[in-house]
Amino acid sequence: MTDAAADAPIPKPDAGDRARPERQEPLVAADGRPLKKSLQRSLRRQKLRAFGLVAPLLLFVLVTFIAPIADMLFRSVENQIVSETLPNTTAALVGWDASGEDLPDDAAFAALSYDLAAAVEQRAHTRLGSRLNYETTGISSAFRRSGRGIDDVGEIYLDQFVALDPVWEDSGFWARMIGAEGWAHPAPFAPSAQAQGLLPETAAAYTAFARAMQIRNDDDPAAEEPWAPVYLALQRDLSAADAGDVSAWTGPGAEQLEAAHAAVGGFESVPVRDLIADVDDAWLEHDVWATIKTFSPPYTPGYFLTSVDLKLSPEGAIVAQDDYQRIHVLLFQRTLFMSLVIMGCTILLGYPIAYLISNMPMRTANLLLILVLLPFWTSLLVRTSAWKVLLQQQGVINDTLVWIGLVADDARLTMINNQFGTIVAMTHILLPFMILPLYSVMKTIPPSYVRAAKSLGATNWTAFWRVYFPQSVPGIGAGCILVFILSIGYYITPELVGGTTGTFISNRIAFHISSSLNWGLAAALGTILLVVVLVLYWLYDRIVGIDNVSLG
Amino acid sequence: MALDAGNRKTDFVVFDRVQKSYDGETLVVKDLNLDIAQGEFLTMLGPSGSGKTTCLMMLAGFETATHGDIRLDGKPINNIPPHKRGIGMVFQNYALFPHMTVQENLAFPLEVRKIGKDEREAKVRRALEMVQMQDFGVRRPAQLSGGQQQRIALARALVFEPELVLMDEPLGALDKQLRERMQFEITRLAHQIGITVVYVTHDQTEALTMSDRVAVFNDGKIQQLAEPDVLYEKPENSFVAQFIGENNTLTGTVQEINGTVATVRLDDGEIIDCTPVNVSRPGERTQVSIRPERVEYNRDRLSPDAHTIHAEVLEFIYMGDIFRTRLRVAGNEDFVIKTRNAPDQRRLQRGETIEIGWLPEDCRALDA
Repeated sequence: MTDAAADAPIPKPDAGDRARPERQEPLVAADGRPLKKSLQRSLRRQKLRAFGLVAPLLLFVLVTFIAPIADMLFRSVENQIVSETLPNTTAALVGWDASGEDLPDDAAFAALSYDLAAAVEQRAHTRLGSRLNYETTGISSAFRRSGRGIDDVGEIYLDQFVALDPVWEDSGFWARMIGAEGWAHPAPFAPSAQAQGLLPETAAAYTAFARAMQIRNDDDPAAEEPWAPVYLALQRDLSAADAGDVSAWTGPGAEQLEAAHAAVGGFESVPVRDLIADVDDAWLEHDVWATIKTFSPPYTPGYFLTSVDLKLSPEGAIVAQDDYQRIHVLLFQRTLFMSLVIMGCTILLGYPIAYLISNMPMRTANLLLILVLLPFWTSLLVRTSAWKVLLQQQGVINDTLVWIGLVADDARLTMINNQFGTIVAMTHILLPFMILPLYSVMKTIPPSYVRAAKSLGATNWTAFWRVYFPQSVPGIGAGCILVFILSIGYYITPELVGGTTGTFISNRIAFHISSSLNWGLAAALGTILLVVVLVLYWLYDRIVGIDNVSLG
Repeated sequence: MALDAGNRKTDFVVFDRVQKSYDGETLVVKDLNLDIAQGEFLTMLGPSGSGKTTCLMMLAGFETATHGDIRLDGKPINNIPPHKRGIGMVFQNYALFPHMTVQENLAFPLEVRKIGKDEREAKVRRALEMVQMQDFGVRRPAQLSGGQQQRIALARALVFEPELVLMDEPLGALDKQLRERMQFEITRLAHQIGITVVYVTHDQTEALTMSDRVAVFNDGKIQQLAEPDVLYEKPENSFVAQFIGENNTLTGTVQEINGTVATVRLDDGEIIDCTPVNVSRPGERTQVSIRPERVEYNRDRLSPDAHTIHAEVLEFIYMGDIFRTRLRVAGNEDFVIKTRNAPDQRRLQRGETIEIGWLPEDCRALDA
């Protein structure tokens, strides 16, 4: 035998190397351009062409797929509603330690009245209440109740200022005094630097008022009387200011301010805390303030914590969710478990069928494949409803079992509105997704492998298990990925036949999207689901290898 | 260690009146009777659809005979499942298990026979040495070239020491050079080990060069079963004459049969002498078969006994070692002759009219 070496790779003679001269200078094309450049030019046109062909789809995917997912990811951490609705309050709370026993200082209470009055005007306080209610139950009623009384806070000072000088009732005077020089209505209201320096709270409160007027009704603030909290702010500013600073005021209303400053010490006054407590005594609760403080940053992990049955306590620590609200971990576990069971069932049912079809003559195989695909051509709702008809207690299966005598009439089986019903219906619905990849892989396994195994002495079972089965594994892998990922996010079927014990996490997501309107939590749950799928996909790639997946 | 002729059984494998039908209407194999001796290299040769592969599959146990007995070493095997027959088999596309290494492939038949690990490894090593592939044990089949895969498939079929090995067109996927080398190697191994080989192919060169005997199949029947030289030189019917090697055919009618000489009037009126093979009486239609290399146009080389006839040169092809000339002879325009490129050989011109001749022994009158 002379040829053992001939089949082995033969080291190439170095003729090939010699054929190339030493290449110091780059090769040039016929027109004298460097060859590489010419090649790139010609390839670039091809690339542009290819890009042009996929561009519409790319755009479509970007708009309808990538953008919504990005938006969802963003929503799951986004929390700007607190700092936008209560800008002065959150600013006043910066120095306050939420983990202590004390309530925040008066400035925070006063700031709350400025912010809340503006929020009420814009109907934003109930939205904020709902948002914070996700974190601390009961907080939304505090906001709702406060909505009715908040613009009376400071009325006591309003009366005294007006009694001192009726000009304090003049809306135009207020706008001139606080407003920056040259401001006029349609432009967003801005306070003057001087007002912000001498009367910081008044400037903030009046700005909140003026902006609310402009946004809500497009009213000119200069034509509207400020609400009472603005007078509270003026009282607090003037009480805090010293005479020299007030007399240094150069803007409009200098003498009125001086007079007011002289008089304000003699005003009848009530602690701010009591004024706010009169509106709603929930504001004397530490937790309410702590919640506002904890959720004042523009981004929050709160939704994600809720998704895994944890929460931020009002003090800002991560603690377990209250017992009666712990549901998400259970739902995630159930979703994963049931998806695995459904995947297992589709393998058990689908493998023999795919094997049978792949070993049939073409004509019969096509007919059977059509039967496999037939369910695809009927509506998902119809199929699911059909399972309801079959599985319910007065349904076909129970009737038959009772008729045969296997089951007593008063002990009919509960097969729907529970996990069993969901598993049966979803196995049926997802079965084609297992059969098709299996079939396409099995079809490519030549029968000669099994024959070879048998001729080598393997029994039918050994030939199948040692030779056929390993080669069908890529099909199983593809089927498993398809079925598992489809079922982990399945919604309609669990919703219709799942009852309470057979619902998936997707049903919870849908609930938060359409019923409780807690989109942040829905987004966080969806994000976790997405991450779980990606992690599983990655694991699968590590263990089985994504290259081994074949869809035929 | 080839078995000596005295010991070997002449009826190691027996097909006894075997018939096979797939659809109950037509017979794919018709009344097959075949005895294969121990240690023999027998080739089943025939065009596709001639029933040769079906015969092999029946022997392997993947098809069942519709009628008749197949016996292996005296025992009927019709009802024995393939894995209990102990017959090695090499498949057309090798059928090496792609998910196992070469070693695992070779160990597979030993494992299912529950042979201990040490013995298994020793046998695998020996089998790899036998095909000179000992360095490739840890590779996977996909990492081997076609010829290497072929060798592994051969080693796998032999590793459990079967007495009978079946090969189903094992060289079909190889290129010509490799095929020729493997032909040589397979015959060498077969004779060295002394196993019985039943080999299926549609390549007549392969059949002629490798086999002890060749069974030519057509239409579900063995047309001729003979040693390669007999098959080539003395075809028994026109199918075998056409199928094996190149062949010139002239049609005519038998005029007279006189012992070993038949006089045939060709369709254009020419009368020639032939050896009668399967013509029996005057008036019968016949196809006269002459091998291209038995025809001579050089007067100096022509035997005095030769029968001569006029021919017109239609095409002259220089092929290096030989000249291949296409002629019009007795109305047949595809009459080909091959002449050796000898120094005294004359090259012909197209359009030239020459006289060609052949011996009556080389000219066989077959069925029409």
